[in-house]
Amino acid sequence: MKQLVEKHPLAIRWFHWVNFPVLSLMIWSGMWIYWANDVYRLGWGKTTLVKFFPQSFYEAFHVDHKLAQGMSWHFVLMWVFFLNGLLYVGYTIFSGEWRYLLPTRHSFKEAVLVTLHDFGLYKKPLPVRKFNGAQQIAYTSVVIMGLGSVLTGLAIYKPTQFGWLTTLLGGYEFARIIHFALTIGYVLFFLVHIAQVVRAGWNNFRAMVAGFEIVEIEPATHKLEAGPTSLPAADASLSPQ
Amino acid sequence: MTDPSPASAPLDGPGASPQTEAAMLAEARRRSRRSFIGLGLAGLAGIGGWRWLVSQPTDEGIPYPLRNALDANSRLSHAYFKQTRLAPEFARSRAKTPRVNGRVGLAGDVDPATWRMRVQAYGSGKTQEFSLADIQALPKVEMTTELKCIEGWSIVVHWAGARLSDFLARYPLATRSGQPADPLNPPADLAPYVGMRTPDELYYVGLDMASALHPQTLLCYEMNGEPLTAAHGAPLRLVTPLKYGIKHLKRIGTIAFADTRPKDYWAELGYDWDAGH
Repeated sequence: MKQLVEKHPLAIRWFHWVNFPVLSLMIWSGMWIYWANDVYRLGWGKTTLVKFFPQSFYEAFHVDHKLAQGMSWHFVLMWVFFLNGLLYVGYTIFSGEWRYLLPTRHSFKEAVLVTLHDFGLYKKPLPVRKFNGAQQIAYTSVVIMGLGSVLTGLAIYKPTQFGWLTTLLGGYEFARIIHFALTIGYVLFFLVHIAQVVRAGWNNFRAMVAGFEIVEIEPATHKLEAGPTSLPAADASLSPQ
Repeated sequence: MTDPSPASAPLDGPGASPQTEAAMLAEARRRSRRSFIGLGLAGLAGIGGWRWLVSQPTDEGIPYPLRNALDANSRLSHAYFKQTRLAPEFARSRAKTPRVNGRVGLAGDVDPATWRMRVQAYGSGKTQEFSLADIQALPKVEMTTELKCIEGWSIVVHWAGARLSDFLARYPLATRSGQPADPLNPPADLAPYVGMRTPDELYYVGLDMASALHPQTLLCYEMNGEPLTAAHGAPLRLVTPLKYGIKHLKRIGTIAFADTRPKDYWAELGYDWDAGH
């Protein structure tokens, strides 16, 4: 029989849905800035595999000649991005949500199984929990990436006053490269994230909006057949009593 | 046996009937509808806020709320600013010739022998003229720093010139009372801003006094060991690794002090007035 189970706390849903448009606009205004010196590419010597970005891309999205506007948006929205991220991390620490999110020593092995499973190479069922090992690694990594964006951003925004930070991050030019690479990382994260959300289906998506999932319960034992609430099985000491 | 969550409480015991399941599903639909409408309204509010923002009157090229935010960032970074924080220096062998990115204010020729820099004293407004020899008589400072263009590129350049702070200590024109402008112990009547213009007044920049008195802010006459070429700002230009290249005014014509931000060529076109590091 079906049962309603709480999954994502309201605060986390807010942080998620505030971050989505803000990070999108940070990337967008970042491209307006990047256009003015678009020197990055993937390749070696004179061979270029990927140019960031082709002229057709700029023309299609009207990215060109907007450096001043891009900087003004970027240096306003950075506050929202930073504060939202800070509140999110603070909330996960004080609410205990970090227990679901932080990878454990088993997460990496599990992430391999999840990846094999998603490509159809591993047939056994995956452990049933709120976030599996692959998710724990992805969601923790993206927060660290966010911190990386803030720090490399600061290093290229105020390279003299934060000279120690700029030097620590490999200098002005290298910090700018990291800042850009992290942005590409968000886009890749986004693509996988969307694919997984589509795969996981409506119940899972609704939980990020409304907070709950509807799960099948074995009536005789009240055991969850599938659902989000179990704590990471890897660390039995964290299981609720 | 552990209880999965408090939400399962209604299912415990004899209450777990098809009726309670139907009630639960109805409650789920209600919550779901409420949440999606809430998210939709939040999204519309966000779009509305964005449309309001971009329709606001512009202040020097960008909507005034964005300009206010840039200025707030400036105040914050000035509160953090310290004269003792220096831009990193590099091995002189890494120095290269920067590209010439703009020629506004550089039309025609200037003869270094007859060129004069005009400085208007802060208090009296009286103009005093200086020759290149006057600047070169001040202690010569050399530094190999990164020139950072607001476009995003940077290049290491070796500069030589006199510190603006040394100039204003030798010629105390930046205070009302005529006392020297000591950067580490600024006098109370020190001008808060300094503006510079090319001789034809077509290019102009403004600096906050803290940046102007920074030890790496130079009245520069040599680049990579050679006298400045016309395209790089001969006979005298401003160099300050605390600011983007747009502030490195070439071919200084006039220097004036001000109580409010002097006009700035690129700030008028939507860029951050401070453009500082």
